[in-house]
Amino acid sequence: MSTMDASTLLAGDRVIVRHGPEQGGMPRHVRTPAYVRGRRGRIVASRGRWPNPEVLAEGLPDPIGADLYAVEFAQHELWPGYRGEPQDRVVLDLYAHWLGKDETGGTS
Amino acid sequence: MSGDHDHDHDDHDDHGEHDHGGAADEHAGIDRSTLSPYAYRIMAMRDLLVEQGVIAAEDVEAAIAAIERLTPTNGARLVARSWLDEGFRQRLLADTRSAAAELGIDLPEEPRITALENRDDLHHVVVCTLCSCYPRALLGRPPDWYRSIEYRSRVVIEPRAVLSEFGVDLDPAVAVSVFDSTADHRYLVIPVRPVGTEDLSEQELVDLITRDAMIGTAVLGG
Repeated sequence: MSTMDASTLLAGDRVIVRHGPEQGGMPRHVRTPAYVRGRRGRIVASRGRWPNPEVLAEGLPDPIGADLYAVEFAQHELWPGYRGEPQDRVVLDLYAHWLGKDETGGTS
Repeated sequence: MSGDHDHDHDDHDDHGEHDHGGAADEHAGIDRSTLSPYAYRIMAMRDLLVEQGVIAAEDVEAAIAAIERLTPTNGARLVARSWLDEGFRQRLLADTRSAAAELGIDLPEEPRITALENRDDLHHVVVCTLCSCYPRALLGRPPDWYRSIEYRSRVVIEPRAVLSEFGVDLDPAVAVSVFDSTADHRYLVIPVRPVGTEDLSEQELVDLITRDAMIGTAVLGG
């Protein structure tokens, strides 16, 4: 898994959600729910650039900001034994520094 | 409190009490020893802020009144117009804030609200698993169940079962798309227009569009 250069993310790109930051410990405030960490998804839209809530939560300014993307996950990727239909999805917004390139050619 | 908890100051789910008590609790003789620790803390902070002259008690009451004034009607107006005006529908989906401004509905720049359109083969339902983010500017205060840990956890794990408990039994051919409001976006669901409403006026359409249909936990006219 390589670190994603946010500017290269486009709708349709396959990504894998990181378990945590590459360096340093887990921020004290994060917006990446545990249930998508390590899971494979697909970019559906760019949400623009926002101040990183992990920085804001420390009371610090974030003039640079972080790129936010809507990422779609197949339910069966998130929940083994999911009892629904194969086309069911979860979509949530994730910051680029939580995303890596999925090079495995996932099926979702 | 976990680091995952907080989105913005009006969306915690631990302090529902202060929505009701307002600044009048002392005058109303509310016994603070009966409050939850979170409610107690919020009231203590409010008292300190007033005492130190940072805010006035009237400011708190005005802020609560402003929250209470918001209702799902603004959301319903957007939905009804989108059913009647194809151009508006497309603008609403592309840029919800500027489309709302066409109807005189002033949405804040942040948090941004995006409209999600249900179709015969696609059903959206909205949740905030991390706390209780909600498009208050369009729907008012969230219902208690929206802020419950049961809804927040179950609707992402077993959305069809949860929807069925709300009375929405989706055909297997319909895809379910759960939108988890994790960051700086909130979502408004545009429900499918019920059949047999072709002759209704715009106001009559507004009146039949429910809050739950705009969260995605109801369908209209079924």
